[in-house]
Amino acid sequence: MNNLWLLVIGMALVTYIPRMIPMVFLKDIKLTPRLKRFLEFIPYTVLACLIFPGILTSVGSMFSAIIGGAAAVLLALRGCNLVLIVLGAILSVYVAEQVLRIIA
Amino acid sequence: MTTPSIEHQLAKPSHFQLGLKAGIPVAIGYMPIAMTFGLLAKTSDIPISVAIMMSLLVYAGASQFIGINLMAAGVANWEIIITTFILNLRHFFMTASLSQRIPARVSKKWSALLSFGVTDETFSVASTQGSRELHPSFVLGLNAIAFAAWNIGSWIGIFLSSGLPESVQSSMGIALYAMFIGLIIPSLKKSRPVIWICLLAIGIHSVFYWIIPKYINMSAGWSIIITTILASAIGALLFPNGGDTNE
Repeated sequence: MNNLWLLVIGMALVTYIPRMIPMVFLKDIKLTPRLKRFLEFIPYTVLACLIFPGILTSVGSMFSAIIGGAAAVLLALRGCNLVLIVLGAILSVYVAEQVLRIIA
Repeated sequence: MTTPSIEHQLAKPSHFQLGLKAGIPVAIGYMPIAMTFGLLAKTSDIPISVAIMMSLLVYAGASQFIGINLMAAGVANWEIIITTFILNLRHFFMTASLSQRIPARVSKKWSALLSFGVTDETFSVASTQGSRELHPSFVLGLNAIAFAAWNIGSWIGIFLSSGLPESVQSSMGIALYAMFIGLIIPSLKKSRPVIWICLLAIGIHSVFYWIIPKYINMSAGWSIIITTILASAIGALLFPNGGDTNE
């Protein structure tokens, strides 16, 4: 029991400290333009990693995952609101899954 | 903190409110995952209080799931902690990037508080905001709604024995991915270098996903970190000028 609490605190610390250090200390340090540019690209490379290939295994089947992903891309290209993109993708996956169930 | 004048507040929503609003898609995406976490925690032998504290203090999706699994499998504590560390080390680079957009006047205490709420998802929303500077209250609002959704979802999973219906649950697995797509597309439309580095990142990450595991065992944490660093560094070398973002 006691052991589990220590474990949770340990997990909390190793999660929090790497999140906290750059936020608190990097703000005041003057970075070179190259390094700044590197940090500017981080959001996009992180997003790319988070999306692919994880999306393929995010729902019941790869087919419906691709349908959902395609729906999100289409809605995003049309400049839709983020909530609408999320709901649209969920709905498309739901429909795709039901279609798969009927076919199978 | 400077508070805006009263007429200013009446004219438009506060930064905090805007942050809450920007976090709605994150909250929608977190709910089913957190509920699953709660359910899983309950069905394993882990005390409920430990699961609740995990969502409150650790607040990191994947490592909580892995933590519960490893605990149930009787893996040594230090091994679980190291796994968690590696898995979440990627946030180091995210807050490094974010730190450059928080105004210098924001105190260290504030920054320390804001950094607690930085996850893949809140980082993605915050860092794709159009404005160069991020108002700390905006980030706080965004982090607050995501944190609330994660914890409320965990409780629902723990205390209500059933989650969402299986078909709905399964469909909602796409939610956060759809959000990521929604966040990245506008940037892809605006900037050619961003298109290139994203394709590069997808390429490298695919190698880590499909090819590297055939030869060596590498955790998801490392593959995200290495891909992010490589693709961003190559991007900084190939496209050193930041002109494309100031259009």
